[in-house]
Amino acid sequence: MREVAVVAFAQTRHTGYDEGLTEPELISPILQEVRRATGLTRFGFTCSGSCDYLAGAPFSFVSALDAVGAWPPISESHVEMDAAWALYEAWVRLQHGDVDSALVYGYGKSSQGDLREIMTLQLDPYYLAPLGLDQVSYAALQASALGAPESELTGIVRRSRADGRANPYALDLPDPADEPAGQEHAVHPLRPIDVAPPTDGAAAIVLAAGDLARDLAERPAWITGIAHRAEPHYLGVRDLARSPSAAGAARAAGVGKGPVDIAELHAQFSHEEVILRQALGLSSGTVVNPSGGPLAANPVMATGLIRVGEAARRVMDGTARRAVAHATSGPCLQQNLVTVLEA
Amino acid sequence: MANRCAVIGVGQTKYQTKRRDVSIAGLVREAALRALEDAELTFTDIDAIVIGKAPDLFEGVMMPEVYLADALGGAGKPVTRVHTAGSVGGSTALVGASLVQGGVHDRVLVVAFEKQSESNATWALSTHLPFTASLVVGAGGYFAPHIREYMRRSGAPGHIGTLVAVKDRLNALKNPYAHLRIPGIDRAMVESTPMLWEPIRYLETCPSSDGACAMVLAAEHKVTGTPAWIHGGAMRSEPIFRAGRDTVNPQGGKDCAADVYRQAGISDPRREIDVAEVYVPFSWYEPMWLENLGFAGEGEGWKLTEAGATALSGDIPWNASGGVLSSNPIGASGLIRFAEAALQVRGRAGEHQVEGARRALGHAYGGGAQFFAMWIVGSDRP
Repeated sequence: MREVAVVAFAQTRHTGYDEGLTEPELISPILQEVRRATGLTRFGFTCSGSCDYLAGAPFSFVSALDAVGAWPPISESHVEMDAAWALYEAWVRLQHGDVDSALVYGYGKSSQGDLREIMTLQLDPYYLAPLGLDQVSYAALQASALGAPESELTGIVRRSRADGRANPYALDLPDPADEPAGQEHAVHPLRPIDVAPPTDGAAAIVLAAGDLARDLAERPAWITGIAHRAEPHYLGVRDLARSPSAAGAARAAGVGKGPVDIAELHAQFSHEEVILRQALGLSSGTVVNPSGGPLAANPVMATGLIRVGEAARRVMDGTARRAVAHATSGPCLQQNLVTVLEA
Repeated sequence: MANRCAVIGVGQTKYQTKRRDVSIAGLVREAALRALEDAELTFTDIDAIVIGKAPDLFEGVMMPEVYLADALGGAGKPVTRVHTAGSVGGSTALVGASLVQGGVHDRVLVVAFEKQSESNATWALSTHLPFTASLVVGAGGYFAPHIREYMRRSGAPGHIGTLVAVKDRLNALKNPYAHLRIPGIDRAMVESTPMLWEPIRYLETCPSSDGACAMVLAAEHKVTGTPAWIHGGAMRSEPIFRAGRDTVNPQGGKDCAADVYRQAGISDPRREIDVAEVYVPFSWYEPMWLENLGFAGEGEGWKLTEAGATALSGDIPWNASGGVLSSNPIGASGLIRFAEAALQVRGRAGEHQVEGARRALGHAYGGGAQFFAMWIVGSDRP
């Protein structure tokens, strides 16, 4: 495959509340930031990820194009998925060989609705959605199937929140011990602290191929593997304690071909980290979610792209030599995308 | 240089107002199975699946690709969901083709659908984002002023839209999948229908349809049967609120057409393209797009329509299938254009086949006439 690297990454200072910004206002500063970082004003391809149901209106991506300033008209596409899939589409487009750069962005304002209820509308509309199974409830089914000790989950939350407090872009969430109300079960066995916080935010990444990547970044984060897989939608036909699609994507991306210094995992519930560590075959030597991960900031539709950005950032600044980023979509980790980034 | 890619299977459902007999999953599976049957393949032969549809509010199912993965044999495979407004069907084909052209996969299934009977499209199009004004006009109310401006600029006589409405519905009578098949359709019938959005009458607008379309795309070494080779593909987008953008003859459409013509080595589209399937949801968009796509000079498009050049018997048939005016499952409408273009160059268009078609244009547009997706397919390997 053609050599393609992440050469720039920017994200908003995510908030746990609505700042009153429109989506174009949210993304405009970070698009300027990656343009400044690369010196590029035009890109060979542009792709974004967002979800109409967060805003409760069709075409949420249309007004975002105003922030991109798509004039003269640009070669552009959009996925109604986490923007990590937009990055995948851009990576594929760069494989054609006729364009060398791509802009990828994603954004979401979960403050505008009740994410827990909205996510119910993602289920099979005939047999599952009418049951009213909400996001925390189906995640709790998965947590029950896994049966991880509560102390292990608390440890994951404690570490994520501490790392999040050290990350200027993530939310400032207290140590679990300082949040007694967060300890009572929301839906057994999950507690409020096990659930990623509602977050508004956005992120952007610039991809470049070959020599352009070397020109634009001192130490590009080369994508040496990237793949995604889905598994069946129906929770009843899956072994929820495992994630064969994440394992399949990790195999296809070549995660196991070398040591992994850091891994940024799109775990929106603490127990998902346990499942994903196992699926990706990560050893105890791998630092997981040094940014704090989704448990410290979860701007839905950008969260997966931020995992790629955070992993790439650590390769670009020399903290890591080889990093893995994971993104997910669908109930109970139904779809998983794995990216391997190397110096 | 991108790898070669060809269409080796096409499947469509019958388009109609309500498909009460199938679920959404049943609808997309019907189209997918027909495409696989056409390609003489099964789901196990497919490497990846790309699903396209217009806004999720049309069915009230958020990100339905996760629910549809099972019905399309998606378990264990990459499943991607594309959404680029009305152009999404075309974009879905291009994103699927990109996976082959980029050398990532050998066989890709692309599927687009809309089951509009599950909701109300005009309602879904009229809700607005927080902090922005709602036009509450639906698509017809949005595009009618652009049509009036086209009429003012070009001096086109008022009956041109009627001619397109009749021509496309006559073509639809030859297409067994078409939704609107109106025996005895003529100008008097179109002109007798109510005015919806001046100058668009009821029979000059597209229907609301349930339906799905699917294609199997293959890399050169996996091509079987009668392929439609992709000679060029492109997408273009421009900002909806940019002051000074020409919404009647958008730059994005011109640039997108120029890009696919360059890839396909076409300098005179009217002569070098044998048949075109172009997204015409309101009758007047035929003359408008004839100009935007370079088939006629500015202000001259309506003359081609009036002269019958775009009829099935004309020198450049447009929408031989009956087009969007005859069948409109919105999210699928673009993919149907791309698929009908492929059927024509494969010689598989049945009664609406354009004799000797060797090169065809598939076109889709969306949003405020700001998103464009196009491809050129041909019977010859490029």
